[in-house]
Amino acid sequence: MLTDSDLQAIWLTIRLAGITTLILLLIGTPIAWRLACSRSWWKGPLGAVVALPLVLPPSVLGFYLLLAMGPFGPVGQLTTALGLGTLPFTFWGLVVASSFYSLPFMVQPLQNAFESIGERPLEVAATLRASPVDTFFSVVLPLAKPGFITAGVLTFAHTVGEFGVVLMIGGNIPGVTRVASVQIYDHVEAMEYADAHRLAAVMLIFSFTVLLAMYVRRPKPSRGD
Amino acid sequence: MDSINARFKLDWPGFTLDVDLALPGRGVTALFGHSGSGKTTLLRCLAGLERPSHGRLEFKGKIWQDDKTWLPTHQRPIGYVFQEASLFAHLNVLGNLNFGLKRSATAQRVGLEQAIELLGIGHLLERKPDTLSGGERQRVGIARALAVGPEILLMDEPLAALDLKRKQEILPYLERLHDELAIPVIYVSHSPDEVARLADHIVAMDGGRVVADGPLVETLARLDLPIRLGEDVGVVLDATVGSVDSEWHLARVDFAGGSLWTRDRGVPTGKHVRVRVLARDVSLAVHHPEPSSIQNVLDGTVESMAADDHPGLLLVRVQIGASQLVARLTRRSAAQLGIAQGLPVSVQIKSVALME
Repeated sequence: MLTDSDLQAIWLTIRLAGITTLILLLIGTPIAWRLACSRSWWKGPLGAVVALPLVLPPSVLGFYLLLAMGPFGPVGQLTTALGLGTLPFTFWGLVVASSFYSLPFMVQPLQNAFESIGERPLEVAATLRASPVDTFFSVVLPLAKPGFITAGVLTFAHTVGEFGVVLMIGGNIPGVTRVASVQIYDHVEAMEYADAHRLAAVMLIFSFTVLLAMYVRRPKPSRGD
Repeated sequence: MDSINARFKLDWPGFTLDVDLALPGRGVTALFGHSGSGKTTLLRCLAGLERPSHGRLEFKGKIWQDDKTWLPTHQRPIGYVFQEASLFAHLNVLGNLNFGLKRSATAQRVGLEQAIELLGIGHLLERKPDTLSGGERQRVGIARALAVGPEILLMDEPLAALDLKRKQEILPYLERLHDELAIPVIYVSHSPDEVARLADHIVAMDGGRVVADGPLVETLARLDLPIRLGEDVGVVLDATVGSVDSEWHLARVDFAGGSLWTRDRGVPTGKHVRVRVLARDVSLAVHHPEPSSIQNVLDGTVESMAADDHPGLLLVRVQIGASQLVARLTRRSAAQLGIAQGLPVSVQIKSVALME
């Protein structure tokens, strides 16, 4: 069946996608909330920036991130000054890059979920003595739960499917940056088609299962009224 | 000290709210007007859901808003009932009721139990909002607002989203609120019937301004009320059930100035009721009329007259003892009868609506 290096790549992929999803839950939620609530002029530009990774070639994103995180880039100088070294060709470099790459997959479903809640439940909560922060945790989060599930699953799955950015930032270091998609590429390059088949089938089944689960359990919209 | 003083100025594209009001600190005050008159906006200003550019709001001696002060909604001791019940979909009925209760310093368990009893929702507590009927949801919405132990209850057309049957299901509960609540209630409505049933005080609004403001009975008897009521022009009389004629299934209600017979609806003798008499159901005669199918004939004096919406019609206010009725006549019949101020007339009343 799967070789040890395949399993290592799969485990690395899961770790990368899991950590990226957690980080994006923390970063993406406030961004989505601001985008959903704001009527300010910067809502458009910010929304466009968040959506950029959807259309940008991964190599372009990877190129800029490589420059920024490299020894002469601003991020690289900061991480060096903090004694962390530079991020490219490390696992955490991949995490940073994935967080940018998958940002819209977290923010957009959450923004939709927040917007569909509308003003009314927030007003109701205020008339029932809930402060804005209280309202966010006791009303907005529970009502947006389906949106959080969708956003989390999409972010995880999209990070699993990442390839171009990984090559630009991470290269191909076994156990450090060689994720499943890169491993398949290696198998094909080495003409190991049987190995490529097995791993590709695992990825295919995984992706299909995730999407199936989401489409089957897509909740019927339920409202208070 | 006991009143609510509100002054708001709010400019939106196409709409301006400009009011300066003293609302009574007790009883039910109806904010009445057609849609777009600003009544809901005024209510939202009272709740702090809108922030007018200029305003001052003083509630029983405490400042909620002025140039320096802004008390956010969640710090105001209000209860608010929205037009749609707007229950939290992720909580069951009890969770909805407890939401405000847990966060309110003034709420008491007793208040919750009272609210549940008052609105008759004890059997619904474990249900989710999407399994309730529209009427049940609105009753839960009202109980939820009461459960926080508010010092004032603000209601934004709580019946408007319901069909006639559901309205009739809720109205008795609202009438109980009127009788049993010690706190002031501000009730937004465009329905003259609801206002006549529930209000003690009326604030009539049009185009973002207050056009009439006063106790219900006197205000409805005004002929110069600047809002068009059409078929709903009429007065409300405070009355007592004097006796019940069980043979004919009629009840006699006594008001200051006379008595009226109406269908017996099982209201016990001695109970205070409201009687609504619409102008279109009142006709006048100069001589005492021949016996007819009309049972209610009273003696009165023409007090004043005013033009009605239609040029062929006239509104006539008749003094009957200490009370007043309004009659709608055609101008021609008024001229033929020689209706003039001070003329003694017989007042025939075709129909009377009794409201508990």
